[in-house]
Amino acid sequence: MRRRIDFGGIAIYTGLTVLALLMLMPLVYLASTAFKPIHELFLFPPRFFVMNPTLLNFRDLLLITGTSVVPFSRYIFNSVVVTGSIVAGGVFISAMAAYPLAKHNMPFRQHIFSLIVAALMFSPMVLQIPQYLLISKSGLMNTYFAQILPFLAAPVGMFLMTQFLKQIPDALLEAARIDGAGEWRVFRSIVLPMLKPAIATFALLSFVQAWNDPYPAMVYATEEDMKSLPVAIQTISGGAGVVARVGTYAAASFLMVIPTMLVFVVTQRMVLQTMAHSGLKD
Amino acid sequence: MATVHDGPRPADRAALASLERGGPATAIRSGESAAGASLRPAPAPGKLALLWTDIKKHRVSYYFLAPFLLLFTVFIVAPILVSIGLSFTYYNILEPPRFIGASNYRLLFVDDDIFLQAVGITLRFAIITGPLGYMLAFLLAWLISQIPHKYRFLYTLCFYTPSITSATAMSVVWLYLFAGDRKGLLNWWLIRLGILDEPFLFLQDIRSIVPVIIAVSLWMSMGVGFLAFLAGLQNVPKELYEAGAIDGVKHRWQELFYITIPAVRPQLLFGAVMQVVSSLQVFDVSVQLVGLPSPLYAGHTILAHLYDYAFIRFEMGYAAAIAVVLFLMMFGLNRLIFHLFGRD
Repeated sequence: MRRRIDFGGIAIYTGLTVLALLMLMPLVYLASTAFKPIHELFLFPPRFFVMNPTLLNFRDLLLITGTSVVPFSRYIFNSVVVTGSIVAGGVFISAMAAYPLAKHNMPFRQHIFSLIVAALMFSPMVLQIPQYLLISKSGLMNTYFAQILPFLAAPVGMFLMTQFLKQIPDALLEAARIDGAGEWRVFRSIVLPMLKPAIATFALLSFVQAWNDPYPAMVYATEEDMKSLPVAIQTISGGAGVVARVGTYAAASFLMVIPTMLVFVVTQRMVLQTMAHSGLKD
Repeated sequence: MATVHDGPRPADRAALASLERGGPATAIRSGESAAGASLRPAPAPGKLALLWTDIKKHRVSYYFLAPFLLLFTVFIVAPILVSIGLSFTYYNILEPPRFIGASNYRLLFVDDDIFLQAVGITLRFAIITGPLGYMLAFLLAWLISQIPHKYRFLYTLCFYTPSITSATAMSVVWLYLFAGDRKGLLNWWLIRLGILDEPFLFLQDIRSIVPVIIAVSLWMSMGVGFLAFLAGLQNVPKELYEAGAIDGVKHRWQELFYITIPAVRPQLLFGAVMQVVSSLQVFDVSVQLVGLPSPLYAGHTILAHLYDYAFIRFEMGYAAAIAVVLFLMMFGLNRLIFHLFGRD
């Protein structure tokens, strides 16, 4: 790694900074709009930055939706329950499955792993129809289970976890076994703590996916009080192409974007550790 | 039990050892193996019996795998098979599915002009955002890997955050940026700069819909692949660069082509697989910005067509055929990429 600042270095910094600011602009605009008072929202010529920031939009968000069928806090609650369950449940079953896949040598191990790698190669979106039929026939519509169960077995997170565990030396596991620990003990007291970076990565990916995806709630919930935050935001916006209640809309969107950023800030170091082992080989 | 102990292999030894010790999981195992032995049909001698013993020996491993495999089978493997089955039927949910042979596919490729248009739009989108997003992600990750550690996080955050924002949430920004009147930011600038005389309907004009979707998607494209590149690039062994310097590698770009890219090839493959999937599943951004259906179907993608038939018209058989086509496109393209990357 070069540390001296040469002309190449200056070019790199300039390029990176310009691009980074360009990438940030939409986010800054979102934040700025969320805090704009009503007379600034419709200013002409349009202004990018807020002049007199206010929390009015956030108050309106709670007021407007408070008088409608379902209070806004209900959508937040639904999103938190569904996302939380997907993250916690997914982490647990994937960590359990990653352990034998990476460290045991049972028959069909390679086949199962190949199956997971194959599942990386297409989007779960193409499986919506049978998933929908299954959920609706089994009477799970309008329950939290409908929005959680189909998303627990996540191939990408599972793959990253297994790859990460593979490179952890066997010596520690062996030592624990010699000390008389059963496989469950080995898993709980040695594998789980060592898997922490991979768990953080899994949590980030499945959090982002579950938090942002409006379709589970659109498809698996017909009752308003089971809908999630992204669906609520679509309702506030009034549908595609319509700009109504910009202030509240931006405030709601702002509330939606912040958690994903926070999760990344918290997990980033461990995520990069894990992603180093993301390589696929033929 | 026809136990064939050909001397436990090293990895089996661990499982055997835990069996002898009798941890919590192994207690179940020894109890069940007694019952299993009496229930099991007469052992077929040879390979099958050997495999069976091997499976029994690793019972604990399967217990660990069971919850994941169950969900994976029910929600991923089985749906693929069901989709393929349904795609040969007429099924509207109310009546039981009726087998109609390949007519769904015939209808798709011969009569459904909108589907063909959706394939065209998806491919046009994928051919641009796929490679461009991929190269941009690698380039940015490489540039970040060239600067000292302490500044890296800030840049990583700037580039990665767009990909984890929700398309729904960000549409408030895009609708304003691309708004079709003078108040739209882009229109306002273009008119001020004298490039346009009157506002352009970016989200309604069929000429600009796909470019707008491409621009927004590119903004959001520094995702998992970008992180994989970044991590891979940070972990290229320093010795490789030192060896390279001795061999006469002088410039950054020489380093990049002769040392860095070969060293991160596995991450490049992972990123490529992720990129193919994400560029062919374009849907969300399109629906948020131009709606479903979009003006003259100009932003209609394969997934939009699938969603339309599945959850608006409830023609599940036809929608399943669309799903199978999209699945084959993704899977086929990724197999091809595996093939290309695998060989030198």
